[in-house]
Amino acid sequence: MNTLTRTIEHTEQHGPAEGLSRWFFTTNHKDIGTLYLWFSFAMFLTGGCMALMIRAELFQPGLQLIEPGFFNQMTTMHGLIMVFGAVMPAFVGLANWMLPLMVGAPDMALPRMNNWSFWILPFAFAMMLSTLFMEGGGPNFGWTFYAPLSTTYAPPSVTFFIFAVHMMGISSIMGAINVVVTILNMRAPGMTMMKLPLFVWTWLITAFLLIAVMPVLAGVVTMMLMDIHFGTSFFNAAGGGDPVLFQHVFWFFGHPEVYIMILPAFGIVSEIIPTFARKRLFGYASMVYATASIAFLSFIVWAHHMFTVGIPLMGELFFMFATMLIAVPTGVKVFNWVATMFRGSMTFETPMLFALAFVVLFTIGGFSGLMLAIAPADFQYHDTYFVVAHFHYVLVPGAVFAIMAGVYYWLPKWTGHYYNETLGKVHFWISFIGVNLTFFPMHFIGLAGMPRRIPDYALQFADFNMVASVGAFIFGFSQLIFLVLVIKTIRGGDRAPAQVWEHPQGLEWTLPSPAPYHSFVEPPEVK
Amino acid sequence: MEPLKVKNRRLVGRLALSAALMFGFGFALVPLYDVFCEITGLNGKVTRNGPVSEMAIDEARSVRVQMIAVNNESMPWAFRADSSELVVHPGQDQLTSYHAFNPTGRWMVAQAIPSVSPSEAAQYLHKVNCFCFEQQPLQAQEGREMPLLFVIDPALPAHIQTITLSYTLFDITPAQRTAMNLQQATRRTTL
Repeated sequence: MNTLTRTIEHTEQHGPAEGLSRWFFTTNHKDIGTLYLWFSFAMFLTGGCMALMIRAELFQPGLQLIEPGFFNQMTTMHGLIMVFGAVMPAFVGLANWMLPLMVGAPDMALPRMNNWSFWILPFAFAMMLSTLFMEGGGPNFGWTFYAPLSTTYAPPSVTFFIFAVHMMGISSIMGAINVVVTILNMRAPGMTMMKLPLFVWTWLITAFLLIAVMPVLAGVVTMMLMDIHFGTSFFNAAGGGDPVLFQHVFWFFGHPEVYIMILPAFGIVSEIIPTFARKRLFGYASMVYATASIAFLSFIVWAHHMFTVGIPLMGELFFMFATMLIAVPTGVKVFNWVATMFRGSMTFETPMLFALAFVVLFTIGGFSGLMLAIAPADFQYHDTYFVVAHFHYVLVPGAVFAIMAGVYYWLPKWTGHYYNETLGKVHFWISFIGVNLTFFPMHFIGLAGMPRRIPDYALQFADFNMVASVGAFIFGFSQLIFLVLVIKTIRGGDRAPAQVWEHPQGLEWTLPSPAPYHSFVEPPEVK
Repeated sequence: MEPLKVKNRRLVGRLALSAALMFGFGFALVPLYDVFCEITGLNGKVTRNGPVSEMAIDEARSVRVQMIAVNNESMPWAFRADSSELVVHPGQDQLTSYHAFNPTGRWMVAQAIPSVSPSEAAQYLHKVNCFCFEQQPLQAQEGREMPLLFVIDPALPAHIQTITLSYTLFDITPAQRTAMNLQQATRRTTL
């Protein structure tokens, strides 16, 4: 090899910029994906600390550690940070890293917008967290910020909360537009829609959901802003408005939002299970159609969050049956995963363990969802810990476990090193035990009638609350194992080959590990 | 094949437009929600204007109409219904009134918001004239009788024998004052 060709190769394959400016000005999808993932992990720990404060206060009945007002701020901020700061950015990070590799594109379609959609987020969350230090405290009205609690009775810092939500919304919409354009326009030749990996499919559908509902969230917080500062009466009965309107508009956003947080998880699990069962995914097309039907149904079930506000019988029946209908496509997915594993030669590496826990525990969350969908029963369950148990089962061992499964699965591709399998398994088992200890007793105390968002409780709930708090601390601190594991893997470890696992499907495994800074500059051939 | 840049730009344009439209849709939900309640009579929303045409009085039926007066939150006014219950025939014009008295030492403005229970009956209770259509200003220590003229539609379903009409009185003085201040602040003095 002479000097000339070496120089040419060097200029073609230039690496990342040096120093901090690499991260500020980067337009590389891998760098931005990394930023998103680290940001999300930081927010996961922040929101987790808040959860631990809640659980510490609830360890025993009575008020011992924190003021009830601060408790309310903690429940609110925990919810907001976990939903908008931890789960959503983690999925966007995985999308940034993996979508171009999976469809055979050199980068995301709109790299500069990509940089911008990430860098809005730290500012949005800095603004939101700063409200905790303001006079009157931070948002204390629950992550669902129902009016008039969030308008007439809100602390003055609510305006900062509103603008923080606006910024997150803008970031999400830009991210979603980028995902749609990348998937629709940047696929390698031969990569037809029905050849797309399921993670790509679920993200495409999620991105459409984001584009459809994040603006509605922006609308509802704008209405709050106008009610608070400009004398309008969207949610104020005195001026002819209606507080129930808030709940309708919010949940019109809110229900699709919960699918935004779970559809990409379905995608990740659908990538991992075939690899470790060493079989093709069972029912690929039905998976795509099931995802699309879940997305469609998510728009016509919002009032099941509001069965108790006094909607008429016909409404209750409609929303009850529409909600139960979602169990059908979701069931299709669960059966497809099980059928994929059936008679496969399975091995149980950490990603597979997390994926299996996802299938089992998400299904438990789905079943408690079905119970909540029964309108007459919901009058008993509404606003109790049963609801808390339900949505934590679908979000923590659901969405969060799927994200972790994805990180373990693709970490060798990102870093070029295998992670420490023993440490990964330790992390999995402690997390698994911790999660179930935390959230399973909540079903019982919820059915027994313990209300959510209350810092104190009746004596008969004491034992289960203590178990839940112990579980929460186990789960919370076990995430430090994950942090150590990821840092160790970045720094070194066994060298991973291009095909990290045994014959995994997908274009990302045709690239060397770690994936080069610029990949698929020449589009790959897809057969 | 057209260049990727053009394709991307067009798709981005379309997606950004749909996001903007969805932002508008969020606001469109407000009137849509009202229209939906008006058509279905849900949420106890009452028709604002009574029917102009005379209705045949159904002497055979009588319906009990209960009147409730409620003060919202810290509203200090004395607010009560003239009669707590009336028995009326569907189609018959009925005049009644509410009383409000401002016991405070300052000028205040109130607005009464009606609600009908059962909500199914809301669309059959027509108000020909109602104090709830207007804002009610009262000077300190001033009282006022506020008339209400309503008629019950003879089409009222047979199983409804009692209708409860509730008024909640809201203090809207601060809002009023802000609006006036805003007006004054934005008024320009010409030379």
